[in-house]
Amino acid sequence: MSNTVYYIISALLSIGVLYGIKLMSDVKTAPAGNRVSALCMLAAIVVTLLRTDLQRGLVFIILGLAIGSLLSIFMTIKVKMIQMPQMVGLLNGLGGLASSIAAILTIAVIPNQNAFELTTAALAMAVGAITFSGSLVAALKLHGKMPQKPVVLPGHQLLSAFSILVVLVLVVLIPLRPNANSVLLCALLGIAGLVFGWLFAIRVGGADMPITISLLNSTSGVAAAIAGMALGDVLLVAVGGIVGSSGLLLTQIMCRAMNRKLGAILFGGANKPAPVPKAEPAAPAPLAQETASDTVIEENPEKSAPALPTESDLPQWLTEARKVIIIPGYGMALSQAQEKVKQLSDRFQQTGKQVRFAIHPVAGRMPGHMNVLLAEVDIPYDLLFEMDDINADFPQTDLVIVIGANDVVNPAANTAEGTPIYGMPILDAGKAQRLIICNFDTKPGYAGVDNPLYAGQANVLLLLGDAKASLDKLLANA
Amino acid sequence: MSREIILILVFIVATLLGYKLINAVPSLLHTPLMSGMNALSGITLLGVIAVTAAADTLLGQLLGVLGLVAAVINVVSGFGVTDRMLRMFKGGKAHEEAGQ
Repeated sequence: MSNTVYYIISALLSIGVLYGIKLMSDVKTAPAGNRVSALCMLAAIVVTLLRTDLQRGLVFIILGLAIGSLLSIFMTIKVKMIQMPQMVGLLNGLGGLASSIAAILTIAVIPNQNAFELTTAALAMAVGAITFSGSLVAALKLHGKMPQKPVVLPGHQLLSAFSILVVLVLVVLIPLRPNANSVLLCALLGIAGLVFGWLFAIRVGGADMPITISLLNSTSGVAAAIAGMALGDVLLVAVGGIVGSSGLLLTQIMCRAMNRKLGAILFGGANKPAPVPKAEPAAPAPLAQETASDTVIEENPEKSAPALPTESDLPQWLTEARKVIIIPGYGMALSQAQEKVKQLSDRFQQTGKQVRFAIHPVAGRMPGHMNVLLAEVDIPYDLLFEMDDINADFPQTDLVIVIGANDVVNPAANTAEGTPIYGMPILDAGKAQRLIICNFDTKPGYAGVDNPLYAGQANVLLLLGDAKASLDKLLANA
Repeated sequence: MSREIILILVFIVATLLGYKLINAVPSLLHTPLMSGMNALSGITLLGVIAVTAAADTLLGQLLGVLGLVAAVINVVSGFGVTDRMLRMFKGGKAHEEAGQ
């Protein structure tokens, strides 16, 4: 197959992939879009097999493809929706590993490479290795096999700086001395990359995981694109570039949604260990502000001794409400309460109430995770609203039901300076007429900041304990 | 035009086009979008195939097998879970029909 023919095929397949992504912009055509992308990928693999001289490595290639396919089928069927973040993290890591291997073998087996090819191969090696170790740490953290709290080693900054310096020096050195143990240097480069990825991922706290996963998604694409440059494979470069930009875009969206700076997440900065800022000095301020706003809404302006609502108020609250917003959080998923949420939503609709779901951009553990968890129990997507589309409606909402969400409704985000969530836009649940919070306990959420909504207000009813049990109480009274 | 420049240009164009298209994907679908993109990053499989075929030592070939396994899992599982997720999304009307 001549290069020109391959260029044309590559262009067509790249357009196919882009068309698949375009179809992803509408939920109705999205499944078709994914299949278009998958078909293009299959075609790309077949074309590559056809244009590769398979005399020597055929057995190994078949072996690799077969083992990989079998494992994938198993993994695809086994994975639960709540585990999707760690699954994506793991897959990211494997992509990075594959790019690293492609890079080191490029240097080892392809003769007479020029400086461009050697430089890009070395870079792909490094980016792939960083993606691999960073993603594995992220996946293990999300899976609960590693501590979720940020781990900061003594001299962490220095170690990170040193490992990245080694990476940079080797990336320059490998093309400068093409024949002097390139493979050995490349292996060393891989190790430095692995160390850097590990150092960067262990210091990221649980709340920043959605951003980290998005960023690693981007680097896995970039690694593939750079490996493609080393091999002169235009299809790899094009598709890798698309993935790289998508990951970057999602990272930006996540950073905006949490009002975090990427640099601060990667290199520490404001990302101090979560338990330190307990929001103690800040708690009274938001509380005062909340009660102040309550006086406007509530008939009962008694700040000093508000009659706290109890479970006996549930029937009245649930019957009186016409407009209801449900705010689901990761706690709902942990308790596997999605089915009950669906029942509650159906019950509300049957009794003629308007029911909507408010989805915070970082609800769950990765971008869009909550939507998937709700879709799994057949909650129609037209009931799911993004934060910006629904936030203005909270003051006119009779009842907000928070289920296992904490940080995303925590008013301390507006006031508690120096805490990990300070400045993060939140769902204004506190502005609703009445609020039922079904959380496991009143401990701070993932970000480790106390929530002033728990501090006893006349319009806030706390249902503590397992979300399933709390939802049963709601269902019994709705 | 040299091959290097073509490759870099392709990278830039693909990045910009991808950015523009992905910006149009609603946040409702961000998780499947991400796992789908993830699957695409397994395109590196093409590179692994090429270098495994060229490898002339057993060590190189075994390393190639490892890379192939990793990349195939990335591709196949990535598209697989994306499909699983996307099929779950149902709209109001479709939902009523499906659930009677």
